[in-house]
Order: sequence, then structure tokens, then C-alpha cells
Amino acid sequence: MEAQRTIYMDHSATTFVKPEVVDVMIPYFTKHFGNPSSLYGIARDSKKAIDVARVQTAKALGADPYEIYFTSGGSESDNWAIKGVALANRKRGNHIITTRIEHHAVLHTCQFLEKEGFDVTYLPVDQYGLVDPSELEKAITEKTILISIMYANNEIGTIEPIADLGAIARKHKVYFHTDAVQAVGNIPIDVKMQNIDLLSLSAHKFYGPKGVGALYIKKGVRIENLIHGGGQERRRRAGTENIAGIVGLGKAIEMATADIPGHNAKIRSMRDRLIKGVLDTIPNTRLNGHKEKRLPGNFNVSFEFIEGESMLLWLDDAGICASTGSACTSGSLEPSHVLLATGLPVEISHGSLRLTLGDANTDKDVDRVLDVLPKVVKKLRDMSPLYYKSGKEGGSNV
Amino acid sequence: MYSDTVMDHFKNPRNVGEIENPDGVGEVGNPVCGDIMKIFLKIENNVVVDAKFKTFGCGAAIASSSMATELVRGKTLEEAWELSNKAVAEALDGLPPVKMHCSVLAEEGIHKAINDYRVKKGLEAWVEKNSHSHDHSEDLTCNH
Ligand code: FES
Repeated sequence: MEAQRTIYMDHSATTFVKPEVVDVMIPYFTKHFGNPSSLYGIARDSKKAIDVARVQTAKALGADPYEIYFTSGGSESDNWAIKGVALANRKRGNHIITTRIEHHAVLHTCQFLEKEGFDVTYLPVDQYGLVDPSELEKAITEKTILISIMYANNEIGTIEPIADLGAIARKHKVYFHTDAVQAVGNIPIDVKMQNIDLLSLSAHKFYGPKGVGALYIKKGVRIENLIHGGGQERRRRAGTENIAGIVGLGKAIEMATADIPGHNAKIRSMRDRLIKGVLDTIPNTRLNGHKEKRLPGNFNVSFEFIEGESMLLWLDDAGICASTGSACTSGSLEPSHVLLATGLPVEISHGSLRLTLGDANTDKDVDRVLDVLPKVVKKLRDMSPLYYKSGKEGGSNV
Repeated sequence: MYSDTVMDHFKNPRNVGEIENPDGVGEVGNPVCGDIMKIFLKIENNVVVDAKFKTFGCGAAIASSSMATELVRGKTLEEAWELSNKAVAEALDGLPPVKMHCSVLAEEGIHKAINDYRVKKGLEAWVEKNSHSHDHSEDLTCNH
């Protein structure tokens, strides 16, 4: 058998690191390894490199460099933003507003704060995963100190009306945090124009290294530290800097935001062909998320009568890397909270498949998925007691 | 994460399908993750002469159905009733702890099909010896 090419369609989980990014990182492992807190020459080199990355990151977000703080990644940034603002402002109030479709780094942080005496409102979303700005406005009370709403959803790719939500937060003088981990590089971001007070990002979602991210904190926001210790990051975030990682983040964000429309056009055309091909050839299938307001590489689909893990195993057998919202793979054995929040029935959430395209993909990959996937779905449907019951050979798609 | 035997039974499942005019049918749903398994038995002179299944579920659920139907073929009803989910899992060279409940589905499906047959014959339904529903603590290992 000829060796088959791995088809990576899980860019929302993580991305490969671009060679240009690796190249700029390497000297900071071997040559400029000095601790930036030290005084000698090689330490100054590392310090300078961090400053450059801070400028690159700030530029990508429309922020000022001194508003960028490097962290260990998206989860730390989310934890810091939410716990930090909650603790620093608890005298003003104890109410936080978020949504039901956030990443667990936000949801579990909010649940933790509930145990500590904070009240949290989890806003619902519509069938496409969109938050209604008027619902947000209604939820605000005089005790509200923080609103945290993701920029774009990691599972169904829905892009939230961030500028509108930010304007409401601004109007009511409530801090506005957005988890933009999936958005950076896919959507042009301008924190000033979009009224964003805090923004989380993670390098490994835009072809940078894992283990490094950043939190944008607008000047003047009252926030406690999360990591206590040394005086790094202008006394806001302790710990010897991950210099190579930070340098990689800077280069990666610069590349990812250089030509967002051009980059998206290419990814989107592959993705749209994939969506059309799947929906046209496989009956009893539904697209999850919004038709237009979605991340360019995201395709989330549910196949009725079958379960996601068994789909993934067959796709893996064909060298295709994908993910699912099925209960059977979730560890908690519950289906995706995002799909359930959009009102999708449990058994259909079970049969969901997420394919997220990116720079690892070519048109050939799309052809191959379009060849393999219908066979996999058919094979599993043929052994499904639900398919048999439904008695459907054909059927329309939603 | 799955053993080679699990993957073999997942990829080449034995006994998929339905039996026409089955003597016993058992459909069970998984309370843990919401999956469904349907077992069909053909029974002659108190012996399982054919067993088939249809399953909506994960790789472990499909492999467990395949293995369980293999194991009960040729067995007397009494022997088939004794088939435990642990025996199914062992025959598959083990299942990840979080997937043990999928093999419970297979045991329950066989039991239900046997009792369906017994009730149809005017016999008394056998009673489950050890109810697994109380035993999910060990199955539900959290992955985090
Ligand atoms: S059937 Fe759902 S985890 Fe196995």
C-alpha cells in the first residue's frame, strides 16, 4: 500500500509552527538564552527580543505595546482576565456575565468564582450560536463588574458581534473581556474600535508555538495579578520569560495578520467546497453554526443516526485528523455544551464532526475527504439501529 | 487508545445486521453517554444458533457488540446469560476504564434479548444478578 498523506483538518485544536517562526526562535534557545532580568549583554538581547514581540503583538491588535502581557497561553490569559478583574473589583460588585458557549477556560473559571461568592449569568445563544446584544444589556445590573464573551467559537466557528457587545459594556461602564483565541489571524481585530478592555490570545492557534500566549489589558483596567513572584512583565506577571516562545508568538502574529482577507479567501474557498460537497452528497446532515458569520476554516456538521467517535476512528484510518462533539469522546461523557446550547438534540450532537481547515491543507485534501467521508457515514449508518428505524434511504438536509 | 483486538472488531465487526423473525430482541440504551444497541437472537433447542446486532455508539460499543454476539453463538441460554461485560472486555484484550460502560451495554442487550424470548415462550424472565447501574463509579474515570 502506498503511504498515505496525513490530512490535518483540526486547525482549531492547534496548528503546525511555520518554518519562519521556528527559524527566529532557535537563536533564543542556543545563543541569546540569557535571563532578561540579568544585566549582561546576552540578557539584554533577550530583553530586546521580548520588546520587539510586544510591539508586533500590539500592532496586530491595535493596542499599545505596554498593554500587552505575555502568558503561558489562552487558558492562563482567560483565568487572569476573569479572576484578576473579579478580585480587583469585588467592592464594586460581584456579578459577571458570560455565555453558555465559552471555552472551558472561561466557564470553569466562572464556576470557580461562583464558589467564591460571585454571581454569574450565562447568556443563551440562538440556533446559530449568536449572542443577542439586547440580552446582554438586559442582564447588566449595578453589580456587574465584568462581561466575558468569546470572539469566535472554537467548535462551531460562530463569530460574535463583538463591537456591539463591547459598546454595550462601555455604555454601562463594565469591563469587557473577549477570548479571541480562535479569532486572531482570522478576523481583523482593533481593540480600541471594538471597545475591548481585555483580550486573550494563544500562539499555537496561528502557527506559533504552544505554551505561550498574551493578555491585552487596556490601560487603566483594575486587575489583580494571577501569578505572583518576580517583577517580570512590569510586575504584572511573574516568572522568567519564555523568550523563544514570545519571539515565536511575535513573528507568528505578524505573519498571521499581514494579509487576513487574502489568506481567508483561500481557506474559505476550500472550506466552502467541502461544505457543499458533504451537504450535497450525504442526506440527513446538518450544518452547525452560522452560514456566513463563521470562521473561514470551520466546518461543523452533524450526521444523524451515527456517533462521532466511531467516525473519527474511521477517518483516522484514512489519515484524516478531525474532532467531534460526541459524548463518547468528551471525558465527561456528555455531548458538547456548545451544540446543546444551540438547541441541537443530544443524539444529533453525538453525531457531530468538526473539520477545521488551514494552511496545512490543499484542494487535494478536500477531494480526499469528500471521497472518504460519505463511505464512512454509510458504513456506520448501515449498522445503526436508529437509521434502520427511521427507514430513511434519502432525506433532506437542514 | 484501543487494543488491536478492539480495533479489529471495530473495523471488521462480526454479525452486523438483523435476523429475520428473530426469537429474541433486546434494545438497550446507554444511560451514561446516550448510545443504543440492539441485539437479535435466533434460538433453537435452548441454544443460540445465531446472534446479530445494530449499534449506535463509539468504537468500544461497536467492538463490544461484535465480540458479545460472537461469544454467545453456540451457547445454551443459561451459558449466554452468564456472559458478563467483564468477559466481553477481557476477550477484547481490555477496554479503557472510561469505556467499560460500553461493554455493559452488550451484556444488557443480550440479557434483554434472552428475556424477550423467554417471555414470548411463556417462561419467567430471569432477574439481573448484579445491576451495573450502581457500578458506574469505576467506569466513569474523568480524563482531566
Ligand atoms: S458508547 Fe458512548 S462511550 Fe462508548
